[in-house]
Amino acid sequence: MKAVNNLSYYVNKGESVAVVGESACGKSVSALSIIRLIPYPPGIIVGGEIIFKGRDLLKLDEEEIRHIRGNEIAMVFQEPSTSLNPVLTVSLQLRETLELHRGLDKVTANDEAVKLLKLVGIPDAERRVNDYPYQFSGGMQQRIMIAMALSCNPELIIADEPTTSLDVTVQAQLLELIDNLRSQFGTAIILITHNLGIVARYVDRVNVMYAGRLVETAPTETIYGAPTHPYTIGLIGSVPRLDLPRKRELFVIEGLPPHLARLPSGCSFHPRCRFVIDRCRKETPSLDEVAERHLSACFRSREMVDLVKKERVAR
Amino acid sequence: MTSDNALVKVENLKMYFPVTAGVMRKKVGDVKAVDGVTFDVKKGETLGLVGESGCGKTTTGRCILRLYDVTEGRILFEGQDLTKVSKGNLRNMRRNMQLIFQDPYASLDPRMTAGNIIGEPMIVHNLVKGNEYKEQVDELFRLVQLEPYMADRFPHEFSGGQRQRIGIARALATRPKLIICDEPVSALDVSIQTQVITLLIRLREEFNLTYVFIAHDLSVVRYISDRVAVMYLGRMVEITESDELYDHPLHPYTQALLSAVPIPDPVIDRQRKRILLTGDVPSPMRPPSGCTFHPRCHMAIDICKEAKPEGRDVGHGHWVACHRV
Repeated sequence: MKAVNNLSYYVNKGESVAVVGESACGKSVSALSIIRLIPYPPGIIVGGEIIFKGRDLLKLDEEEIRHIRGNEIAMVFQEPSTSLNPVLTVSLQLRETLELHRGLDKVTANDEAVKLLKLVGIPDAERRVNDYPYQFSGGMQQRIMIAMALSCNPELIIADEPTTSLDVTVQAQLLELIDNLRSQFGTAIILITHNLGIVARYVDRVNVMYAGRLVETAPTETIYGAPTHPYTIGLIGSVPRLDLPRKRELFVIEGLPPHLARLPSGCSFHPRCRFVIDRCRKETPSLDEVAERHLSACFRSREMVDLVKKERVAR
Repeated sequence: MTSDNALVKVENLKMYFPVTAGVMRKKVGDVKAVDGVTFDVKKGETLGLVGESGCGKTTTGRCILRLYDVTEGRILFEGQDLTKVSKGNLRNMRRNMQLIFQDPYASLDPRMTAGNIIGEPMIVHNLVKGNEYKEQVDELFRLVQLEPYMADRFPHEFSGGQRQRIGIARALATRPKLIICDEPVSALDVSIQTQVITLLIRLREEFNLTYVFIAHDLSVVRYISDRVAVMYLGRMVEITESDELYDHPLHPYTQALLSAVPIPDPVIDRQRKRILLTGDVPSPMRPPSGCTFHPRCHMAIDICKEAKPEGRDVGHGHWVACHRV
């Protein structure tokens, strides 16, 4: 099964980039590959390179990658309640990274842990650092995860659906926090999500994935303003929006995402695509440039803006 | 807030769950999941129920079906008080009200075939004679855009979206008047969410259904609902027409909730004003005094700490409970 196939993207220093797609499109797998957290067996990275600051992470040995993982590249996972160890205090869990990567002694590490909790907005940090994870709410637990990710001043944070299981109000708090930290420390961010809404405000560029491949990549304004891949267009048009008339007809992407072990011929999206032509069933489109910094994997990407316009008029 | 064409009237509903401690299971307090809620659901309308997790929206939904024995208050379904109906009669009445669950993985019996899952309510309620059964089940499959030949498959052979369709078909099997949809799309992928929402709207029109649509996604709730009720910590804070609520939210909590919803357009979203709520929802075991929202409210004044705001109609059926309105 090809979970991720021929995927390329880049993140500049201090930049925030989103990877968007539905479940099982390979967005998490591609991110886990960056820090080589894919369990082997069964997973194997069969080819490609992951260049971080000029070094290919796939060529490093276990010892070297451990220095980068958690230190220079940190991760924030979706479920804070399952990512934190329930039987250890927050202090102990924060200290672990601080002692390992930064070589601090226990007392300094504890002070540092308190400082980190304050940074991510946990009230009464001196006392709460000795609490256990279950004593915090879901939003607070995710703040602890962010504090942990920040503990070694990483250059890159990979946030895998960091707000998915949380309420909208808490989601807004956390995204705002992540965004502030980025401008404060200049950390680059890869934000993995299925929600096109949350990324609009916070990222510089968006990568859209479908069935293990990248189908479109562009600066945020372009992805929302002039998308050229039918899947991106469908994703954007299928969600109800607060700023548009309520009775607006939603755009439905029919069918189901394909099983990754049984991909359709040609372009994987063709069975669900409204703009399908014969060529799509036979050949796989490559990711080509439609405009500066805007790539799209669709045979009809150049005429897409006109096609959508025509369709809107027809309605 | 009440009108005569109401299908369901909920009056001063309270649902407390006891909290026990120690070996003797001594009662030490109550979780006031729902604490004095009044609203009605008109025939043929969709009422959205929104709020953060733990605000009591699901409990309210389940109380309407009388899945809990309510602590206080009345629930009138077509004029009949459900809190006083006997167990035997309740079963007959439940034919008219069904529930669609959030998690399509947990709400279908893994050892039953899809056909049996969908057909069971008709057998329980004695709605079909022998030879009609198969026909009816096939019809239900088609209604939710599944193929009747799939009837022999088990739930694990379906995708999440298809399972949710099975759940919807099961709810439709008894030809109910009211369906409580408890977060029916939040566990699904974006493209599948739209399919299910579109299906729910079509079925509503076809069978003249009444929905109570519980969800935390405010954009989805706005899309499907005629009226929306906002809950906070077991109480109702605002109820009004969908368009009115989103265009002119009056309660500070509603305003904060709406401003937290992202809009998938960077140009528009970056210009919006945000009201960031600080902190979390307090514990329903020890709710704050006065207006329960005051510790997080950016408009709170002294009276909010002392007196519980009474709800009132500010015109055109726009009901709100806030001292500052």
